[in-house]
Amino acid sequence: MIGELLTAQVLLGILASGIRLATPYLYAALGETFGQRSGVLNLGVEGQMLVGAFAAFYVARQTGSLWLGVAAALFVGALMGLIMAFVSITLHAQQGISGIGFYLFGLGLSDLLFQTLLGTVQTVSGFRPLAIPLLSRIPVLGEVFFNQNLLVYGAYLLVPVAAFVMDKTTFGLKIRAVGENPEAADSLGVNVSLVRYITVTLGGALSGLAGASLSIALLNVFQQNLTSGLGFIAVALVYFGGWRPWGVLAGALLFSMVNALQLWVQVLGLPIPSEFAVMMPYVLTILALVVAVQRVRPPTALTKPFVREG
Amino acid sequence: MKQWLAALWNSQLVDALLPVFATLAALLVGALMLLALGANPLVAYAALVEGAFGSLNAIADTLVRATPLLFVGVGICIASRGGVTNIGGEGQFVVGALCAVLVGLSFPDGPALLVVPAALLAGMVGGAIWGGIPGLLKAHFNVNEILSTVMMNQIAVQGMNFLLIGPLMDPVQLQRASRIPQTARISPAFDLPRLAPTRLHLGTLLAILMAVLVYILLWRTTLGYRIRAVGLNKEAARYAGINVPRYIALSLALSGALAGLAGAVQIYGVNFRMFTDGSATGFTGSAGFHGIVAALFGQLHPLGTIPAAFLFGGLLVGANKLQRAVQVPAALIVTLNGLVVVFVVSTELWRQKRARRRVIERPLERDETPLIPTPPAATGQEGAV
Repeated sequence: MIGELLTAQVLLGILASGIRLATPYLYAALGETFGQRSGVLNLGVEGQMLVGAFAAFYVARQTGSLWLGVAAALFVGALMGLIMAFVSITLHAQQGISGIGFYLFGLGLSDLLFQTLLGTVQTVSGFRPLAIPLLSRIPVLGEVFFNQNLLVYGAYLLVPVAAFVMDKTTFGLKIRAVGENPEAADSLGVNVSLVRYITVTLGGALSGLAGASLSIALLNVFQQNLTSGLGFIAVALVYFGGWRPWGVLAGALLFSMVNALQLWVQVLGLPIPSEFAVMMPYVLTILALVVAVQRVRPPTALTKPFVREG
Repeated sequence: MKQWLAALWNSQLVDALLPVFATLAALLVGALMLLALGANPLVAYAALVEGAFGSLNAIADTLVRATPLLFVGVGICIASRGGVTNIGGEGQFVVGALCAVLVGLSFPDGPALLVVPAALLAGMVGGAIWGGIPGLLKAHFNVNEILSTVMMNQIAVQGMNFLLIGPLMDPVQLQRASRIPQTARISPAFDLPRLAPTRLHLGTLLAILMAVLVYILLWRTTLGYRIRAVGLNKEAARYAGINVPRYIALSLALSGALAGLAGAVQIYGVNFRMFTDGSATGFTGSAGFHGIVAALFGQLHPLGTIPAAFLFGGLLVGANKLQRAVQVPAALIVTLNGLVVVFVVSTELWRQKRARRRVIERPLERDETPLIPTPPAATGQEGAV
């Protein structure tokens, strides 16, 4: 049985789908990284993903343009992010709970729109695999790494970009300052609220894109609760990745590989109840959190609203 | 007169009503959505009120629906006062229900007076364990309890699905090959007594009793004092010699115990068996999340949570009627719930500002320390690691 699981073909299959499945985790978790580094915990990622996934699917289906779908997902995600920012930054709402509110809102709204505008589960022809010339010709690995669709490539490209912005730009410095010591940043003339508004809105846009990557690039369908907990795992990945883009990449790959493995376990019909297979990523998340939080400290001002004294 | 009005405006009464205003604001947004769906919001909301409070049966249904929210909400009060955020009500509810139904199914011929309390206790223990695990992880490994409780929810649901599709499935369903994932019905002898010729059952009284008990626990016992001390200021509590990790774990475990009891009462008072639609919501009706809203409504006070739970229970029962009256998808209700949560937590700033202003404006009474009252341990606002 173990031998059956470990044939080269199966391993490559797991690897290829693992690489693909990391896409939504990457977009959502990288966006969330920006928000959390600036001190805002957005627990509504799941809701933003769902609304983004629906917007992308619906617009792509109606207009026939996948890129318009992507734009729609970015837009509604950003809009939800902006509202989240207003509620947590300006109104000081408790972030753990307002996030659950946004999750329920996104869950309900995407389902409501789905039932009103589409009615039944339909499909769309999503982004096609795009072989990168030469690289995709590399035997075995070329197929795994360089024959994916554009949104998958985009997610991996976003990792170095996010790391660069965070570590090497003035804006990145401001984000970190605002998340570590907002009082000091404020006294140096950094607009704490503005920085946080930008990161949370950006995070929302990327969550929307994460949803789009599911509905028009990976699965090419929309249905009720399409994301099924993926957004919550993305939030956990930020902790796991130590609030650093490269760490997030490592976490996203680990999780997507476990997920791919889980899917193959079911496809191969191995005698493990599917419920336990589905449970695996969540158990792993908790274990990963135990390990991860021993290594790094979260941003000091995480979840704390900024109030200027005096 | 003017002064009197100002006093009224500054009174805590308005504070208590803030969540109500927030809900009305959420319903206003809901009205816009209803308009967009081509439904008349006035007709819809009239149906909501009638569905919730329009008849004896409606009121009984509201009370029944409010019962799990009250249990969960009172648990949320404990966690929040202890300075931790429990998002895991759903999972604790499910595990509590599973434990309780197992007791009932294991002793079908036992005396009800013994089996039912044992089942309710089993539910509490199950919920306590499910809440206690994130509690211990938070206390000893500094694992963010918001995330771990969310993950525990998903694990509980998968466990429930496995058991109800597998070992616990109703033998009748197995024979019929319809294979609906539900357990057998518990012995009718175990049903909680009805209180009136309606669906109202003893569990509702039990929930109110628990709210009172938790109030006494939190404000009249050393244990509760320590929980609140840890929630207000961990450092100070540590200097005072309180074992902070123990009380962090304990507040989450107690919080889970109440959510577990909610699940147990749901079995013995309402459903008499456990079933699943694959998600948590099918069985819990999202009580684990709605309980949080009820607690926020009640200003994280167990006694305040009582009317809050009934108001919110009414909203949920009425929403069903609304949905039938104007023919909109049930998903609208979920959307509305989300809006209510967001609007209610958004009133936090005003409440804090008002509390501060009240202290500044009011002359100090004798022997009173001029302390700005700290808002109740802001859930998740501190140390959300």
